[in-house]
Amino acid sequence: MGVELDLATNVLLAPAGLGNNDLERVLGGILGRNVDSADLYFQSSSFESWTLEDGIIKDAAYSLEHGVGVRALSGEKAGFAYSDDIVITALEQAASAARTIALSNGNNKVKILTPQPVKHNLYLAHSPLQTMADADKIALLHKVNAAARKIDPRVKQVIVSLAGSHNVVLVAASDGTLAADIRPLVRLNVSVQVEEGDKRESASCGGGGRLDYHMFLNDDLGISYAQEAVREALVNLHASKTPAGNMPVVLGSGWPGVLLHEAVGHGLEGDFNRRKSSMYAGRLGQKVASEHCTIVDDGTLPGRRGSLNMDDEGVPTQCTTLIENGILKGYMQDKLNARLMGTKSTGNARRESYAHLPMPRMTNTYMLAGKYAPAEIIASVDKGLYAVSFSGGQVDITSGKFVFSASEAYLIENGKITRPVKGATLIGNGPDVMTKVSMVGNDLQLDRGVGVCGKQGQSVPVGVGQPTILIDEITVGGTEHE
Amino acid sequence: MTVKHTITSTELTSVVQQMLELALQQPGVTDAAVGGSSSVGLSAEVRLGEVEVIEFHRDKALELVVYKGQRKGSVSITDLTLSAVSAAVQAANRIAEYTQEDPYAGLADTEQLAKEIYDLDLYHAADVPAEQAIAYAKECEAAALEYSKEIVNSEGATFSTNDQVYVYANSRGFLASYPTTRYSGYCVAIAERAGKMQREHDFTVARDIADLSALASVGQSAAQKTIQRLGGRKIKTCQAKVLLLPNIATGFWGILVAAISGANLYRRSSFLLDCLDTVVFPEFVNISEQPHLRKGLGSAPFDAEGVATRQKDIIKDGILSTYLLGSYSARRLGMQTTGNAGGVHNMLVASGTADLAALVKNMGTGLVVSETMGNGTNIVTGDYSLGAAGFWVENGEIAYPVEEITIAGNLRDMFKTVVALGNDVDHRSNIITGSVLLDKMTIAGN
Repeated sequence: MGVELDLATNVLLAPAGLGNNDLERVLGGILGRNVDSADLYFQSSSFESWTLEDGIIKDAAYSLEHGVGVRALSGEKAGFAYSDDIVITALEQAASAARTIALSNGNNKVKILTPQPVKHNLYLAHSPLQTMADADKIALLHKVNAAARKIDPRVKQVIVSLAGSHNVVLVAASDGTLAADIRPLVRLNVSVQVEEGDKRESASCGGGGRLDYHMFLNDDLGISYAQEAVREALVNLHASKTPAGNMPVVLGSGWPGVLLHEAVGHGLEGDFNRRKSSMYAGRLGQKVASEHCTIVDDGTLPGRRGSLNMDDEGVPTQCTTLIENGILKGYMQDKLNARLMGTKSTGNARRESYAHLPMPRMTNTYMLAGKYAPAEIIASVDKGLYAVSFSGGQVDITSGKFVFSASEAYLIENGKITRPVKGATLIGNGPDVMTKVSMVGNDLQLDRGVGVCGKQGQSVPVGVGQPTILIDEITVGGTEHE
Repeated sequence: MTVKHTITSTELTSVVQQMLELALQQPGVTDAAVGGSSSVGLSAEVRLGEVEVIEFHRDKALELVVYKGQRKGSVSITDLTLSAVSAAVQAANRIAEYTQEDPYAGLADTEQLAKEIYDLDLYHAADVPAEQAIAYAKECEAAALEYSKEIVNSEGATFSTNDQVYVYANSRGFLASYPTTRYSGYCVAIAERAGKMQREHDFTVARDIADLSALASVGQSAAQKTIQRLGGRKIKTCQAKVLLLPNIATGFWGILVAAISGANLYRRSSFLLDCLDTVVFPEFVNISEQPHLRKGLGSAPFDAEGVATRQKDIIKDGILSTYLLGSYSARRLGMQTTGNAGGVHNMLVASGTADLAALVKNMGTGLVVSETMGNGTNIVTGDYSLGAAGFWVENGEIAYPVEEITIAGNLRDMFKTVVALGNDVDHRSNIITGSVLLDKMTIAGN
């Protein structure tokens, strides 16, 4: 039994006097002839944020929440209820509500709760809120602010925010799963606005992970975010209009991997494929990308924002190959969709909190490195776009259409980067675009740790990454039309 | 079964008052405000005629803001026991030690606080057991599935209820609460033709369950809209007139709300800086805020600071006649709060006289936009570039569906080139508008 389970038991169960026998009894009460399985998800989370604006610490916020979610599964049906009081009566009420999914009594048995072997140790159990003194957090914000303002007199506004959370979760399920995880997460963000004459531009840069605030002091990481935000904003001051139309596009390494998240990732989530609402449904073993593309979802990277020791059903995370040399290899699964599709959970069940149902979600999704030097890739393009930073994207998994918006992009003319352009939006169809990936760089990089993925109203932290890649042709939305 | 609040409105009010009193007893605390809420509801999701999910919601929360002179600290909790409330008060007091003097910080000015709490008819309790919610969702989805053979699948239909009470109190003597209800039905249909799938949705939402559209009609409409998207193609890159359907027009007007909101103005992060009392739209455009609409989805008797909400013109004959300010941004700008802390409460775009068919006829050639994708709006510069899908119009009639294109322009220009507003008004949002016809945008395609 791991230190996480001891700690989680102390935080979540001990105050209410709950023992394993109580959890087994509640789970047993849910199971019936028409209920296949049930689980309880206990959570306690604390969160803080500090915001510096106009050179002063303007706002500080702290929040604390806890509760328990109860889920009953019957075939494809899920009954779900939760309580923000962790006491036996509330737990029993929630259990009885969740159980309404099944209509008759039965005799399925709960397996004895057995602590799961701890497979990963990807982050420390310490609360990041407490590993740095409040005065030092504030000093960090001031230092980053000063760095941003020092770079250039055109910097007129700087907002720096520091946020941390500490999540203690415990899962008990009727299949005998008893597992816990303690998850730290920190983030530092810098937004700047620059002015030159009557022109104004803004940019932001940030990062973080499942570490503590000291990560932002190492190698002056926090200051590098400030420098990066100012650099991007200044570039955009002199950016011209983006030409509209089809053209080759080179995507930079790191954060532009949001392409994979949208164009490929969501479409490979188990629920959409079980429901056959994804255009990738039933295409295992088929070619869905060019042979240069190998894409994985990896929840096991130490300290990464999208990483988890276990998913929210207590299953250890893993590195799942989604696409290998262009061939579709696998979907991302939770227990429910894996059971219905006759396969195994890949450790991708995630939920925003105890008050939300788990579903298959990504962790850190990235493309493996290829053989080309980034400069070689750019030099190969006659006329096209080089996009290095994005403000986010969206996908329709049924038609496969995805879109994402560049926040920093340049024109490539005769193999050379010439001038910055702004307002470029890329739109394409997942499998189409992935088939047109013709060069993959040797510079695989993961993003800085800022990704938030939304699905059916639930937000979870994720990571993305990729090397520099060339897409032979994609539609670029802009305002310049010849 | 149905879900009940774990706390009565009276009990919630007394917890809010207790937290406020505890906060004011802390050394150095000069002012404080507490918002409390309790909400319950359920949601039933049906797919291909079978129940997929029944969810019972039950949430409560307290949010405390304390001021120590001009310094501020905020705390929120979901545990309403005295010990948790007391710990939260101390946490707020502690973090307020670390924030710095901000001359503009503080509660709303006392004379601005709502004196009368109007009953806006926002609460219509209805007993909807899970079985009933399932039946509604089934009725909605069945209508979609039966609509056409080309509807081959479904992402399901959902029926949801929500019953909430909100209490706000501050140390200037304000204490008020009001309850609200909200009911909605939602359906996503999937159609297939020639091996290509499309999906589209429709929904109904209301404060009073009796005001919902017939669920079967929602399902049929979702199916019809999905079928209309089949066979979508790209068009050539061009410049053309663009008609935003009401569901897309709400997003377009939402950008106006952001551009005239206090936080973006005092930060100089808006493309509409210093535009008060200047021409922003053509003269026929009139937009007002109507916070007291009975049963309105955005209606509220007071804003997030307890300030009285009030009816006002936002755009009068094309001229920007107010910003949308809370007391903090108002102080920053040397103005008065407009009762918009927390946002706008029912923004009503005065409708034109033309119906959708007349607008399409009027545009002659161009693009009808039924969906936008992505977040390519830059509020600082007004640059706008979004993924889009819709219909190509030729000779004043819809010719064929269009997809995988983008529309781009600059919002200042787009605002000035609104050509016409439709009478096809959609009431299902806080922003109430018909279609919007824009003169010219760049469309990227083949």
